[in-house]
Amino acid sequence: MSYHIDKDGYYGIFGGAYIPEMLYPNVEELKQNYIQIMEDPSFQEEFHQLLRDYVGRPSPLYFAKRLSEHYGTKIYLKREDLNHTGAHKINNTIGQILVAKRLGKKRIIAETGAGQHGVATATVCALMGIECVVYMGEIDIARQAPNVARMKMLGATVIPATSGSKTLKDATNEAIRDWINNPVDTHYIIGSVVGPHPYPDMVARFQSIISEETKKQLLEKEGKENPNYVMACVGGGSNAAGAYYHYLDDVDVKLIAVEAAGHGIDSGESAATSVLGHEGIIHGSKTLLMQTPDGQITEPYSISAGLDYPGVGPLHAHLHQSGRAEFIAITDDEAMKSGMELCQLEGIIPAIESAHALAALNKKTFNPDDIVVLCLSGRGDKDLETYINYFNL
Amino acid sequence: MANRIQNKLLEDKKLLSIYFTAGYPHLNDTVNIIKDLEQAGVDFIEIGLPFSDPLADGPTIQESSTQALKNGMTTEVLFEQLKDIRKSVSIPLILMGYFNPMLQYGIEKFCQKCSEIGIDGLIIPDLPVDVYHKQYQAIFEAHGLTNIFLITPQTSEERIRYIDSTSNGFIYMVSSASTTGSQSGFGEEQQAYFKRIADMNLNNPQIIGFGINNKETFQTATQFAKGAIIGSAFIKHVTEKGTQNISEFVNKIID
Repeated sequence: MSYHIDKDGYYGIFGGAYIPEMLYPNVEELKQNYIQIMEDPSFQEEFHQLLRDYVGRPSPLYFAKRLSEHYGTKIYLKREDLNHTGAHKINNTIGQILVAKRLGKKRIIAETGAGQHGVATATVCALMGIECVVYMGEIDIARQAPNVARMKMLGATVIPATSGSKTLKDATNEAIRDWINNPVDTHYIIGSVVGPHPYPDMVARFQSIISEETKKQLLEKEGKENPNYVMACVGGGSNAAGAYYHYLDDVDVKLIAVEAAGHGIDSGESAATSVLGHEGIIHGSKTLLMQTPDGQITEPYSISAGLDYPGVGPLHAHLHQSGRAEFIAITDDEAMKSGMELCQLEGIIPAIESAHALAALNKKTFNPDDIVVLCLSGRGDKDLETYINYFNL
Repeated sequence: MANRIQNKLLEDKKLLSIYFTAGYPHLNDTVNIIKDLEQAGVDFIEIGLPFSDPLADGPTIQESSTQALKNGMTTEVLFEQLKDIRKSVSIPLILMGYFNPMLQYGIEKFCQKCSEIGIDGLIIPDLPVDVYHKQYQAIFEAHGLTNIFLITPQTSEERIRYIDSTSNGFIYMVSSASTTGSQSGFGEEQQAYFKRIADMNLNNPQIIGFGINNKETFQTATQFAKGAIIGSAFIKHVTEKGTQNISEFVNKIID
């Protein structure tokens, strides 16, 4: 079985490009050019130079000694939290801004939920001197004021999405509508492995730097490239896609995808798409998504703004359906507890998204010699207010 | 075998098609709006099946869709409302909606139900012609349904020819690069595009939509095409003036 994209843009039965004709030329232009652009040696050189000197890569693969003792196994943290702007998101925005430049685009649009992808996009636009417009749900703007301020300081225009539920999915709709209205000079930087083909594949390739580095680093530290487990949280699924990418065909490496259960899978307030979702179409991709029996897309819930997306990337839908990855759902409470645990055991304040992946350590039984690589996708600075309110700090 | 759409396209006149969102402003307005539009002299009706995330639509249709869903509109409810529509309405009826609700209903079952009711065609903006051709064309055609595709000023000539060869009714020509309801008036650039398409001598007639909101834009569009579609402007009319004065709106366009 293949876990990579096929020539028609599908992972198994998931993926494709279910887009209005108005978007066809934009998406087709990208599809025809992205591989060629990305494989060009001058692109690779510029991309890797920026990852090294601007983002601060390679990110460390850190052996978490006290966390390992606590769980009775060997846990390595892939420190995406140490990247410039505080998360893995920038790997993708650096890549896409370079693609946009080579396509001759003069204007960038993006969607953002909590604001992390918006900040990462505004950052690379400032770096390249390109106009940047970020769509963000009106409700998210109100609850993520520091990231809105960051984007503004970086020169981006933040436009509130006031339609529908006024959150991430609606911000994505608005960004797509902007692209329909500006088909020639604009590139849309999608923030995750979602959207119409070729986005899921392009974003996964940019994020694949995570597992590319992990293989080398693990070889140095353990004398072998492959761990027993790779664990990552999944909202849309970009950090997980990057952490898995070079291990997809190494079936001895167990992949664990951690979703947000919110207040509990059956509570009506959850974002556990693999359990609650059904096959359908969202933002141009056939995948698993949370919807009513009538096919209306529903609003997910998680304490973590980066995980409350009603769909999941088509790669992950395929990994779920084929059984290649094991999906675990973690509640708000479990994630918050594990976030605090990492602070106290390792002196690292994790993003609440990443804290979901940490909490899944409790759901597995590991052998003492097992090697577990866990993608620590982001740092918790942005979540301080949530931590303060939750723990009454 | 020609259906109502194909017969209507043979008439020697410029055609007016009106789009409205089913279940808006009130859940049970659907049938009365259809009857009133026919009486007012409209040639086609596009019945919008509301969707939570209508990507190709501007604010007017988004808001009417959100309201219709709040009112309780679903695919099942709409089919129930329309079950006797052919006892009183004879003009072509087209369902316009996004693909996901149809997929959840089941495509085969959806097509069968449309055919039973007397729906003549479908417009599904997010079902691309390639996917339709490969997976669904046979099902649609077996139920006598005409599927209608969109083209835009950016659509290549090669793709327009492909869409033309896959169509068996009319081609929905989007007037400019935009979502619905987002512009006013047609400039030289758009007229040049209308003419370019007219000069291609396609097998299927073209009907222009997006940006038609009054008599002037209707007349400009129909200089180059077989007809024109009004959506957002009609919904605004219904929002502001209610459903009592539908003929007043239509008369201003085609008196």
